[in-house]
Amino acid sequence: MNSQVLRLVMGRLGVAAVTLLIVSLVVFGATQMLPGDVAEILLGQAATPEAVAGLRQAMHLDQPALWQYGHWLWGLAQGDLGTSYANNMPVAQLIGGRLVNTLRLAAVTAAIAVPLALTLGITCAMYRGSLYDRVVSAGVIGVISVPEFMIATLAVLIFAVWLKWLPALSLGNDISSIGQMLRAFAMPVITLLCVICAQMIRMTRAAMISVLDSPYVEMALLKGASRPRMVLHHALPNAVGPIVNAVALSLSYLFGGVIIVETVFNYPGVARLMVDSVATRDLPLIQACAMIFCIGYLSLITFADVIAILSNPRLRK
Amino acid sequence: MAVSPLSMRRLGYHVTWTGILAALIVLFWAVIAIIGPSLMPHDPGEIVDFDYFGPMSKALWFGSDYLGRDMVSRILMGARYTVGISLAAVCLACASGALLGMTAAVTGGWFDTLLSRFLDALNSIPSKLFGLVMVAAVGSSIPVLILVLAVIYTPGSYRFARALAVNINTMDYVTVARARGERTPYLILHEILPNMTGPVLADIGLRFVFIVLLLSGLSFLGLGVQPPYADWGSLVRENIGGLPFGAPAVIIPSLAIASLTISVNLLIDNLPVKIRDRSA
Repeated sequence: MNSQVLRLVMGRLGVAAVTLLIVSLVVFGATQMLPGDVAEILLGQAATPEAVAGLRQAMHLDQPALWQYGHWLWGLAQGDLGTSYANNMPVAQLIGGRLVNTLRLAAVTAAIAVPLALTLGITCAMYRGSLYDRVVSAGVIGVISVPEFMIATLAVLIFAVWLKWLPALSLGNDISSIGQMLRAFAMPVITLLCVICAQMIRMTRAAMISVLDSPYVEMALLKGASRPRMVLHHALPNAVGPIVNAVALSLSYLFGGVIIVETVFNYPGVARLMVDSVATRDLPLIQACAMIFCIGYLSLITFADVIAILSNPRLRK
Repeated sequence: MAVSPLSMRRLGYHVTWTGILAALIVLFWAVIAIIGPSLMPHDPGEIVDFDYFGPMSKALWFGSDYLGRDMVSRILMGARYTVGISLAAVCLACASGALLGMTAAVTGGWFDTLLSRFLDALNSIPSKLFGLVMVAAVGSSIPVLILVLAVIYTPGSYRFARALAVNINTMDYVTVARARGERTPYLILHEILPNMTGPVLADIGLRFVFIVLLLSGLSFLGLGVQPPYADWGSLVRENIGGLPFGAPAVIIPSLAIASLTISVNLLIDNLPVKIRDRSA
């Protein structure tokens, strides 16, 4: 790795850090807009002026907003996510186990989606304009333009109601055998797969086509290279950057998909916890969940950018 | 696919049948959103069927919902909320995004850098997550929902408009206008905006689809439009119990959303190139 690459990578990491800081400011600022006094809302009917004043002091609500922000950020950096308003438990404890569930769901989905979508996307680009390409592309447009909950309900309708293959609800707790695990995971994963694959196929196809359109690939074809050789040897090495970018960007759709899927299938993950906490306006929990998701999303995008920098042959010495 | 009506072709516009069909469906929902309530066979809150999750019948075309209310009326009424809220939000988002984008491109300097950095950071919050945080913070009455959706989609529209405006800003006629001593508002409204209307309109269409999807998603989670009002997303949510019976009450609103979003997408894809990419 030479100094130029190092500088580019460090620059990219710096941008990510600044972005994360702005995001944290926005997340904190948004939750500060809540009208009314949190201490009064928490105490409800039993609020005596002394109790409110005491709670305000305990929660640092009497400090200026900027100080509160700094305090929250400092706690976050040390892994202290605060205390939930709703049931007075540490947020970290509430999130812990559920985060593992969500990550497991995301990992299973990604492990199937990435190879599947890359194959489909690249072959579509290779045989552009063929019947195969048009069928896949039409399906992709269809999936992208409908809401995720519609795909989830459709999956329930087909696999649970009409075919009766799978249970409609996914229960994460009573899993003892591999078969049960597969059955519980099947529906959420199928739904997420549809959402993620559609995005990934579309972006991979576009990235691959823009490389295949370049003159040097045509040159390879003209000098007699076979189609697979042209794609694998000549086009693919240059398409790695854009394709990794496409994969990371589409994996970021997991966040949107996971929120819907966990709600529809009653899956005990972080996204469902967050939706519930929005309904009860449990601010520390919302802030913590939002930051977790944003950090995940940002690291995916930054990772893709770093790979794009590293895979650029012009920067290799 | 490539057959086009003569009059349009004479003007140099290339129109496809898919595009026309999509435009008709979009037009249909637009008209329904305006006059729908006067076509309703029943009051949307009135219980007309003793059975809940009733099937499609001659009397109730789309069956009845979980309380036995008429689905046709509820869909017609829901069109007003889904289309209306999304349209208001997309207009707000694209107007502010385009204005900010053009201003940033024309003025440049630290204003451009700071604004771009800030809005790019906002752009890197997943939209559904942003929606959840905002709804948790400020609630979800209809005016607030419009504002929240507009705020979420302003950064994307800003980035799009700024990229276009930066290109136009380097054109000779802009340099001439600047040398003439024209001020920034004049440059933006008279030199730059007229040269990017086509792509910006296409962008409004695409962003409209995103907003419809996000609004339906939020309503489906129970955090969007609140009862007694109901958009299509809320209709799916309140009737989700009918899913095991394959009730039309849960399928029809989903189909309504899909028909709207797919047609807008197809309409934009099949817009005559002359409109869509005039200066892109």
